[in-house]
Amino acid sequence: MREVPFTWTRGLVYIVVVLLAAAYLVPLVVVVLNSLRSAQEIAQTSMIGWPKTWAFGNYAEAWGSFCIAQTCTGIQPFMLNSMIITLPATVLSTLLGAVAGYAISLWRFRGDGWIFGLVTLGVFLPEQMRLIPWTIVLRDVGLSNTLAGLVMIHTIQGMSFTTLFCRNYYLSIPQELMKAARIDGAGFFRIFWRIVLPLSPPILIVTVIWQFTGIWNEFLYGVTLTTGTQQPITAALIALSAAIADAPQHGVQSAAVMVAALPTLLVYVFGGRYFVRGLTAGAVK
Amino acid sequence: MAALVIRDVNKRFGPVDVLQGINLEIGSGEFTVLVGPSGCGKSTLLNIIAGLEKQTSGSVEIDGRAVNDVPPRDRDIAMVFQSYALYPSMTVRQNITFGMECRNVPRAERDAAVARVSHLLQIEPLLNRKPGQLSGGQRQRVAMGRALVRDPKLFLFDEPLSNLDAKLRVEMRMEIKQLHQRIHSTMVYVTHDQIEAMTMATRIAVMHHGLVQQFADPETVYNRPANLFVARFMGAPPMNTLPARLVAAGSGVNAVVGTGDEQVVLPLPPEMAGFAGREVILGLRPECIAEERRRFGEDVEPLMVEAPVVMTEPTGAETVVLLVLGGERVLGRLSPDVRLRPGERGRFSLDMRRACLFDPKTETLIG
Amino acid sequence: MRRLPEVLVIWVPLLLSAGHVVVFTAWTTWMSFTPSTLMPASGWVGLRNYTSVLATRNWKIAFDNLLLFGAGFVVLTTLVGLILAILLDQRIRGENVLRSIFLYPMAVSFVVTGTVWSWLLNPGIGIQKLMNDLGWTTFRFDWLIDRDMAIWTIVLAAIWQASGFAMALLLAGLRSVEGDLIKAAQIDGAGPARIYLRVILPALWPIVISVLVILLQFAIKTFDLVRALTGGGPGLATQLPALVVYDFMFQRGQIGRGSAAAVLMLLTLLGVLLPYAAWKYVQRRRAANA
Repeated sequence: MREVPFTWTRGLVYIVVVLLAAAYLVPLVVVVLNSLRSAQEIAQTSMIGWPKTWAFGNYAEAWGSFCIAQTCTGIQPFMLNSMIITLPATVLSTLLGAVAGYAISLWRFRGDGWIFGLVTLGVFLPEQMRLIPWTIVLRDVGLSNTLAGLVMIHTIQGMSFTTLFCRNYYLSIPQELMKAARIDGAGFFRIFWRIVLPLSPPILIVTVIWQFTGIWNEFLYGVTLTTGTQQPITAALIALSAAIADAPQHGVQSAAVMVAALPTLLVYVFGGRYFVRGLTAGAVK
Repeated sequence: MAALVIRDVNKRFGPVDVLQGINLEIGSGEFTVLVGPSGCGKSTLLNIIAGLEKQTSGSVEIDGRAVNDVPPRDRDIAMVFQSYALYPSMTVRQNITFGMECRNVPRAERDAAVARVSHLLQIEPLLNRKPGQLSGGQRQRVAMGRALVRDPKLFLFDEPLSNLDAKLRVEMRMEIKQLHQRIHSTMVYVTHDQIEAMTMATRIAVMHHGLVQQFADPETVYNRPANLFVARFMGAPPMNTLPARLVAAGSGVNAVVGTGDEQVVLPLPPEMAGFAGREVILGLRPECIAEERRRFGEDVEPLMVEAPVVMTEPTGAETVVLLVLGGERVLGRLSPDVRLRPGERGRFSLDMRRACLFDPKTETLIG
Repeated sequence: MRRLPEVLVIWVPLLLSAGHVVVFTAWTTWMSFTPSTLMPASGWVGLRNYTSVLATRNWKIAFDNLLLFGAGFVVLTTLVGLILAILLDQRIRGENVLRSIFLYPMAVSFVVTGTVWSWLLNPGIGIQKLMNDLGWTTFRFDWLIDRDMAIWTIVLAAIWQASGFAMALLLAGLRSVEGDLIKAAQIDGAGPARIYLRVILPALWPIVISVLVILLQFAIKTFDLVRALTGGGPGLATQLPALVVYDFMFQRGQIGRGSAAAVLMLLTLLGVLLPYAAWKYVQRRRAANA
């Protein structure tokens, strides 16, 4: 890249961009600082301030002993719930979506256009249209108020997105490669495994990040389809807010919020660059 | 025995007839080139031979066996693609052996086959690289290697040289031809480049609008094109085609081109006398029009004409001259030391023995 | 010709995925015509659920709010995203870090966003309190409890969350504008501002439209953010259709009406997506014919 000489306009660009970045960071900084301040200190001043004494105990309390709706276990069991829901649902929906996208884009079969259209519509269909049906389906298959039920829901729904993105990405694989493989005698699974999958990391990173953050952050299903100790972390956070409405515990609450947001933040920090690159590869078509 | 027989093959895509009644019989060891402009159906025909597409009707036989319902992997063919279609995530070695891997060929046998082919194509130093680390020419070689290692009944090439730069294209063209001379396999080669067709083929099938226009050896296709399309498609620059009236002159016949002041009278070979009185399209290759001093044979009395020059294109080896003959623009190929300027009138020597006559309505060769 | 394992792996997941879209849409639509209350019930009440939902103050306000929120959020987010994208497009140092900073809110759940912004915007403990403590005692920033301004707190938090996403897509669009086009404009004597306005932005239109549509369907589905930030209040000031559906279905035990409200949401969504699909189709046809 060519060195760009300094000019006043470029200086202005830097100033504006740094100010904006600072503004975007404010909420994160506020939460981090508050998670290290005691409740009294926050109550005496405001939510925005530098810790006078470092209250690291907030994290221990939020994680292991804070009371949420009469159970005093902290957010630890709910974090575990979210992990148990998110990891399998992310892996399953990504794998199934990759195979489906591969079949639709590179094999073509009777009715592929129709089925693809319907699957894609799932990306847009509001959750509110599916809430009551899912409730009934979960009850009928015996998965009411279970983590397995949420895994099933997120896998099936998640396929809409993963199929769409994988299909769009696989369209850029040349048909001649498929022809060569067929002449070499490779079948459906061998071509997928040996040729398509090794080309897939850019798009799989996108679907994994999207699915992981989407499922981890999901709230509506969590709060309506599970109760008590089966709830994911998002539902627990809302319950926690309600629990401390009377006796403010903003330090502990900030620690809980920070811990709850950490997995997805880490995913973005480490995968963000690939995400942006792959998003445009899969989206623009 | 014929290595490949194509019988009455038709292919429709919706309302479009891509192939209409294709019949070809290709002998063992032949190098057949399917040539034609883009959209003529040549690649579709190749895909049908490979089994990658299904014909609407008709049949394909490879080595005496009907293969209409045989999937590509069991047709005993190998194919080289325009984009090379090398598997990007595999090494060169894996690319070459992938077909054997799919057929569960033992490892020792695979290694021996790779050794043989990589030696033949001189790609031994590349075996552990990925396709992304290879140049265009090297990729081309690997793609050839992947085909050769199969030792198939039939090699199929789908415009394999069109992604190479001009110099490399000529080199690879010669290499493929030498390869064919060495291994004597049956090859079907698709290209839109008529020079590739002329230089490599033992027989050429010229295709246009889903039909085989002519299926013959290169010399016949070039000198006796079956119709005006073939005449204008093969050869660069293409054959000159001029509307002419044939008039009896003693025991012979003359072609009269143009009217009034521009009229030119060209005596034709005596065996064409039977066409006297007809309107025809006269076909004359550019190399039959040369500078004044050129002689086309010891005992041949050349025909001399005078014509105005419109433009010259020196190529180094020769100079292509655009001139006006009987009101029609025609191209001639002159020795490069002849200097003619646009606007000048020049004298040219014509070789009428190689003239072709086409029917103006059916556009087919009549004499 | 295809073998069984392939058929299973291709069709079972696809049919489940496509099937749930079709069946659940039909199911909820059917329930919207039944007198279902706490449990789904059969029976037919015609359009009664729809008329009663449309007649509630709750829905009317929610829909008005959606128009305001949707317009404000979509336009401002795209604008902010575009400004960020253009700024980052200036070959500045530390682009990767800056891009991560603008993008990180997207990683966070709406629940977290809503909670944190509810603190910052709460006049008793947030920004206003800070300013007052610092000595600016007349400073007021109490939108959160102001019925007229509360909806803008949702807009603010939503912009913070989504503008990085808009930036990422638009930046990719800016970078994909052909280099030769820009060189040609430079040779024609256009300055940077003119190049953006006359050459790059016009080429960016298709992506801008896509961003607008994606954001608009976010807006229509917005639920968690409001739940965590304002809970729909004060009063009904930040009520949105998605909350109304939830309210009918799970607070008041009126599944029939909740379903009707959900179908109305879907229709709103289709009002955005169908024109977009038609526009895409026309574009593709034009590209194919060109």
